Amino acid sequence: MTPSVLAGLTGAALVGFGLYGLILHPHPLRKLLAFNLMGSGVFLVFGIVARRGAVAGSRFDPVPQAMVITGIVVAFAASAIAVALILRLSAESSHVTLDPEVWTKPNDGTTK
Amino acid sequence: MITLLDLFSIAAISAGTFFFFAGTVGLLRFPDSLTRLHALTKADNLGLGLVALGLIPRADGALSALKLIVIWVLVLLSGGSTSQLIGRALRRGRK
Amino acid sequence: MSLLPILDVVLASLVIGVAIFTISARELFASVVGYVAYGLLLAFVWIRLYAPDVALTEAAVGSGVTGVLLITAGKRLGALKNAAPEAQPGFAFKLLTAVLAALVASALGAVILMLPDPPPSLAPEAAAAADGAGAGLGNPITAVLMSYRSLDTMLEKIVLILAVVGVWSVGADKAWGKAPAPLRQQKPYAPMVFLAQMLAPVGALIAIHIFWTGANAPGGAFQGGALLAAMWMVTMMARLADPPRIDSQWLRLALVAGPAVFLISGLAGAVVAGAFFAYPPSLAKPIILFIEAFMVLSIAAALPMLVAGPPSERPD
Repeated sequence: MTPSVLAGLTGAALVGFGLYGLILHPHPLRKLLAFNLMGSGVFLVFGIVARRGAVAGSRFDPVPQAMVITGIVVAFAASAIAVALILRLSAESSHVTLDPEVWTKPNDGTTK
Repeated sequence: MITLLDLFSIAAISAGTFFFFAGTVGLLRFPDSLTRLHALTKADNLGLGLVALGLIPRADGALSALKLIVIWVLVLLSGGSTSQLIGRALRRGRK
Repeated sequence: MSLLPILDVVLASLVIGVAIFTISARELFASVVGYVAYGLLLAFVWIRLYAPDVALTEAAVGSGVTGVLLITAGKRLGALKNAAPEAQPGFAFKLLTAVLAALVASALGAVILMLPDPPPSLAPEAAAAADGAGAGLGNPITAVLMSYRSLDTMLEKIVLILAVVGVWSVGADKAWGKAPAPLRQQKPYAPMVFLAQMLAPVGALIAIHIFWTGANAPGGAFQGGALLAAMWMVTMMARLADPPRIDSQWLRLALVAGPAVFLISGLAGAVVAGAFFAYPPSLAKPIILFIEAFMVLSIAAALPMLVAGPPSERPD
């Protein structure tokens, strides 16, 4: 089993774990963490495609690697927006959850 | 043909690995956070220092060797500061 | 020497082990620490895949800055009152989710095992395009980012600005124009101040070096910019500086500088060299470094602002 195949299967397993955590965890920040785990698994799959694209003269294919670099930064930006939304939602609804049935209880009228 | 420099590298890196191993055992086996912190600093300072020392003969030039030493000093700096911060947090009763 | 397969297997099992710990940890803080460690291990895997640039970016942005973001978020969330107790899902639901996750993972694994052989590659086309445009840099990834796929990179910088605007707009209406809350509430603490004073200058120097050498060796604008951002964040965490007001001119200029210079260069390329984002071949390398310098500035301004969060009206 070449390193690429092993890394690719690791990436596939990480996507599975991330999906499990994303669906199951009730806390929004844990969901975000699991989502980031999924994302890094997908990036690993990109990475093995890059490694397999080695032609004479270079050890890797630079185009998927450039896409992964861009993807990591964009994933961080998306996480930052998600965190800001989660914090504001929790401040407004006084509950740390994404479950809509919990929000519909009447608020005291205190806003942030 | 193993030269003297290679032997030195092997000895230093093995010693460094031993300290990393000792630090990990301490992390897993010591009773509370402060003692675990103590074990980790051994891995950081001595372990990494010996590994960096062992890698210096194998570096590409004086500049690369200097970079290795700078890496070790930076890890020392950040390790020491974060140990202080963790220690203060532990003393105040947080996790 | 065939120790490398053993190293690969050990690394893969470590990565999966730490990922399982991250998913199954009891507390948010433990989970975030596990995620940071997972990111650093993943950097090793990237090195094994002959991708040092990606390893640098993963360690800096993927694990480092994301870890700071999540820990700051956890602290701010914990400071809110009335955190409701979480309802754990039932066993049947967990089983169903596990089956779904296993199905998705096996489908992906089957795809990986069935990848086409011989593997297709864009490397020759990218190299030819970059060399033809005079942007044949020593680091093929920088050539791809700045010449072959320059439009993607510019759009990604604009995405960063949109993210900053998105984070700022989540704040309360009354707080628009004020500064975000400081990253730490306590007064300055001596070891932290010492760390910031020692680390920030050295880190800034290393960041500029990584950016500059990214033209010919692993490195580049993203990695250097992320390091500079981390140095600013260390300074803010030591309370030696506070997050600036979001209506300050210099902050907005710094944020916009990267994409603006990029866009102007692209449009100028349409006039000077005949196509959108074409560089005149003899000047390609200096132009690329010029654009990348402003990209570093924008990234170093955007990432800490994303971590600092929306403006708040706390009188601090």
